[in-house]
Amino acid sequence: MYSDKVMDHFANPRNVGVLADADGVGQVGNPVCGDMMTFYIKVKDDRLADVKFQTFGCGAAIAVSSMVSEMAKGKTLAEAKAITNDSVAEELGGLPKNKMHCSNLGADALHEAIKNFEDKRAGRAADAKAAGGHHEHEGEACACPYCETALEEADKAFCRACHVEFEECPACGGITKKGDAKCIHCGAPLARPA
Amino acid sequence: MRSVYLDRIAATPLLAEVREAMAPFLGEAFGNPQSLHSAGRRAQEAVEEAREDVAALVGAKPAEIYFTASGTESNNFALKGLALGQQARGRHVVVSAIEHSSVLNSVKALEKQGFTSTLVPVDGSGRVDPAAVAEALTPETTLVSVMTANSEVGTIEPIAAIAAVCKPRGVLVHTDAVAAAGSVPLGVEALGVDALSLAGDQFYGPKGGAALYVRRGVRVLPLIDGGIQEGGRRGGTENVPAIVGLGRAARLAARDMELRRAALVPLRDRLLDELPRRIGHVLVTGSRTDRLPHQASFCVEFVEGEAMLLSLDMQGVAASSGSACTSKALKASHVLLAMGLDHATAQGSLVFSLIDAATRDDVDRLLEVFPPIVDRLRRMSPLWTEHLKKGGT
Repeated sequence: MYSDKVMDHFANPRNVGVLADADGVGQVGNPVCGDMMTFYIKVKDDRLADVKFQTFGCGAAIAVSSMVSEMAKGKTLAEAKAITNDSVAEELGGLPKNKMHCSNLGADALHEAIKNFEDKRAGRAADAKAAGGHHEHEGEACACPYCETALEEADKAFCRACHVEFEECPACGGITKKGDAKCIHCGAPLARPA
Repeated sequence: MRSVYLDRIAATPLLAEVREAMAPFLGEAFGNPQSLHSAGRRAQEAVEEAREDVAALVGAKPAEIYFTASGTESNNFALKGLALGQQARGRHVVVSAIEHSSVLNSVKALEKQGFTSTLVPVDGSGRVDPAAVAEALTPETTLVSVMTANSEVGTIEPIAAIAAVCKPRGVLVHTDAVAAAGSVPLGVEALGVDALSLAGDQFYGPKGGAALYVRRGVRVLPLIDGGIQEGGRRGGTENVPAIVGLGRAARLAARDMELRRAALVPLRDRLLDELPRRIGHVLVTGSRTDRLPHQASFCVEFVEGEAMLLSLDMQGVAASSGSACTSKALKASHVLLAMGLDHATAQGSLVFSLIDAATRDDVDRLLEVFPPIVDRLRRMSPLWTEHLKKGGT
């Protein structure tokens, strides 16, 4: 069913992991559609100095993530953006038809991470979750930015775990601590009560 | 590498005795059962002997057994044949939410012909509540179909109680017993069913040998129009070797059922007890008490089923999964979703099912190789990382 190359990348995936100090993070998919991928990138002189990923999904999804990370590493941002779903599948020696969507996810997650980096650099919305837009699996729709405890719809303005009151940042829409001078995500100045 | 086969629900090996019984009909005994000459008579006698064996397995009369080519065909035959056969009385059918696709898609086909249907839900263990079936019945209902057992979660359904609520209303009851027949004692009288599907490839018979029981006097329309084979209910020259194999497998299943069960249950229970003990965040799916003797199923959280199957296969272990990625349609198991599991959990579905040749060593081999596989996949799973970040262990 899978090519030898797919099986090799599945059994020995390259670049698995998390970059704690990533310059850009991209997350696509959710368990409802089957797969979920998170890409972390480190950018130096407009090149992807490091790429790491984590994947929840089938053999193809894991192999695709691994291949994308390998293809992207060391590339310029422009070159990495040019990695397409088809080129990933081709490098893997082909994928079963019903698994082609996995290769979509891999390239998408990388592109999301690059977009996240570029947005940050431009001073726009910085949070990976806000930028990704696909991050919508259950319980994660809205979480405390400090402890990641899910915030109940009714209690959106208050985290029970850390007893912090929140407000929505008018610039990026992220949830940030009420009364702070700046949004913790994008640094935009927050309106202070007169 | 040592190979361990834990995917009985996909296929069982052919027993040597079954193969021997079939052999002449793949060789010199090639006659057509419908022929008058001696070659034909030999084939016909073998087919009728098989019919007796299959009837005996489920406590039916030989004339109530129709041979088919698969469990899927039996289910199509039952759903369509019975619903169409009774349509003068009504055009509503009731099935459970966890039926096999051959039942659910037969219902869809009936709906295209103007039938209506009701899906009865299941509880968290995959059990159909007979009261919910009773509630779903309307004056238009002519047929209820609930499976005897579900292979994906192992749960055995209360068929006798379901039939008991249908009978007074004059509603026919079919049960898809493909997962259960040959493994658990079934009597059509005790169950109170009017039709029952079974397939020999689930109990050491050949693929292609299956049957449908239909109670005498119940009107069933043919699915395959043709000649006078199978009482005119199923046209086409009989697949004599497969039918003979099914018959022999049924005879052996009836004879050895208790022995087989006694050997399998401790192994199954070891899996059900030990796997969640050795790996965190593993749920047993299905009922612990009303359960197929050979089936142990789980949801392993934070990882996906196909990735586990591939990894197990690399260690020589064959199993199956209901995850979206293992299905060609990329849809999560309708069975697990109907039981109330969320998509992420259902993605971690894993089913181990034991053949009679399975040993304690096989089970221990699985228990040895599986935890590192889950560990490896979790370490690359963003869901696991999130779980740890939230303080999970």
